[in-house]
Amino acid sequence: MTVIIDYGVGNLFSLVSSFRSIGEEAVVSSRKEDIEKADRIVLPGVGAFRDAAEKLEQSGTVPALLEETKKGKPLLGICLGMQLLFDKSYEYGEYKGLGLIRGEIVPISERVKNLKIPHMGWNALSFKNGKHPLFKYINEGDYVYFVHSYCGVNCENHTVATAEYGTEITAAVACKNILGCQFHPEKSGDVGLAILKAFLELKEGDLC
Amino acid sequence: MITKRIIPCLDVREGRVVKGTNFEGLRDVSSPVELAKYYSKCGADELVFYDITASSDGRKLFTDILCETAKNVFIPLTVGGGINSVEDFDRVLKCGADKVSVNSGAIANPKIIGEAAKLYGDQCVVLSVDIKRVDGVFRVFAKGGREDTGLDAVEWIKRCVSDGAGEVVVNSIDTDGVKGGFDLEMLEAVCNAVSVPVIASGGAGNVGHFIELFKKLPGADAGLAASIFHFGEVKISELKQEMKKNGIPVRI
Repeated sequence: MTVIIDYGVGNLFSLVSSFRSIGEEAVVSSRKEDIEKADRIVLPGVGAFRDAAEKLEQSGTVPALLEETKKGKPLLGICLGMQLLFDKSYEYGEYKGLGLIRGEIVPISERVKNLKIPHMGWNALSFKNGKHPLFKYINEGDYVYFVHSYCGVNCENHTVATAEYGTEITAAVACKNILGCQFHPEKSGDVGLAILKAFLELKEGDLC
Repeated sequence: MITKRIIPCLDVREGRVVKGTNFEGLRDVSSPVELAKYYSKCGADELVFYDITASSDGRKLFTDILCETAKNVFIPLTVGGGINSVEDFDRVLKCGADKVSVNSGAIANPKIIGEAAKLYGDQCVVLSVDIKRVDGVFRVFAKGGREDTGLDAVEWIKRCVSDGAGEVVVNSIDTDGVKGGFDLEMLEAVCNAVSVPVIASGGAGNVGHFIELFKKLPGADAGLAASIFHFGEVKISELKQEMKKNGIPVRI
């Protein structure tokens, strides 16, 4: 069973529908029992980092989430959900994340000039540090859908995919069972569904 | 690098997709859910659903159809038509829309842009503008292009973008339905005025018109059209191959 963490941020309709289309009935919940029972966890998120970090904290799901991931349960953060996995973010201030991925979140505008912000639209993936099992059904150069104004940096060791936008944008990260994608697999057509399918099939041996 | 987007637009009334010429003389085309699936398979980068229903029954039907589409189609969905309040944003976002496009609703109540941007983020708020030349200047028209608001189009767009609109759809009434090509002059004026993505709408009649748009106007991010896609006059897969051949960044 897959649990999608419900902490009052954004719209989970597409995420639930995309899992359903590949045969997985995901449970949207903030209950400790559901997180404990789940085989894998998805941390979604849209909006601003501070607001989302506060809501996540208030949802009371963080202790169970940390406990279960410590045991090796796969966790996939999506978009802002990926950013929340990092040590900290510099979005309108300085805020602490979950600290599961080493690195920080900074404005894209600090790194590129003369390009439109947000980085919004379809961009191609380049694989880093080998081909991660999350990408077993897709090819390098496949397109996925991005919408974000901040990006992960100083996370080179954990970066498994990037996209080119004036600079190398961190597109996906992985550290053992902790995974994150900056893009939206639930909005990336067949390529996105193939990534979610690979996530469902991840085994402990894949995650080292 | 981000690709140029090709966006089919589905005008929906009473649960069916329709398309008019110069906004009049509507013609039934097909089922929204089936068309959306078809376009997603063919390589559309995004879909726009426009609700042109006037009745509240029709609105409910539209919302149901949107849900049904979002359950089956996993590319970005933009919804427009009948968006007059933040509650309308909420209604369609809950049904799986990713972005909401506001047109006459913003003219009647300009605050809606800032309010929605604060709640859902700039990327969620799309400003759609129907523009027509009046005495040589670009003017904003409301109510499906029937009413001259007197507003200067470029000034209006700049104001909405500074309020939080994250994307602009430029519908040229002058070229809409004529199939003589996009309104490059109008689009250039908008591209020069704002730094958010600009979507060209109105006038595409063949593949060459899209190539011309992206070649001559690098600031244009996407091309939107309806009937030429619905009637198969332009096939998205062929259009994208042609774009690639012309060196335009495209998702294939």
